[in-house]
Amino acid sequence: MGMDASLIQELIETGIDDASVTITDLRGDGDHYAAHVVSSAFVGKSRLQQHQMVYKALQGRMGNELHALAIQTSTPQDN
Amino acid sequence: MENVIFDQIKKEINENDVVLYLKGTAVFPQCGFSAAVVQILSQMGISFKDVNILEDNIIRQAIKDFSDWPTIPQLYVKGEFIGGCDIITEMYENGELQQLMDDKGVTNQAA
Repeated sequence: MGMDASLIQELIETGIDDASVTITDLRGDGDHYAAHVVSSAFVGKSRLQQHQMVYKALQGRMGNELHALAIQTSTPQDN
Repeated sequence: MENVIFDQIKKEINENDVVLYLKGTAVFPQCGFSAAVVQILSQMGISFKDVNILEDNIIRQAIKDFSDWPTIPQLYVKGEFIGGCDIITEMYENGELQQLMDDKGVTNQAA
């Protein structure tokens, strides 16, 4: 199984307004990635809510095709 | 059916200060992410109730619906969903997790 990094990036950028996404392939197996997502849409949201927004953008793939995605979120101001 | 399971989850997370839904047990976590959270809690001296979702496929799906969070492990403190491995690790590293335990009156065993 596993997923392609560019698909993960595309899904998050499409699903979250004004998102800039950096994907790191942690093990080269298409199944363990880290994603750093920066978006103004996160402003005023808790870290939990921000991560939930990323999971929603992935449309149910998290925990299915995608086994491991380490998420880090921040707003443009945090960055 | 779903509210019977949700009621069971609510009971568990309200009757125990700290509850960790994980793959495996506190003594034998069977997934790296679950093991990482178990290690953090034991380093903090925080005792917790462990729920092995590998033993119950119904709970395994229900807990994800309950918290609207697609992965395991899931940590609950005083009935509130705190997060999964990423969030717990980040909170632990920047001291937020200890602060949260203090704020919620969860005492470390070692203390």
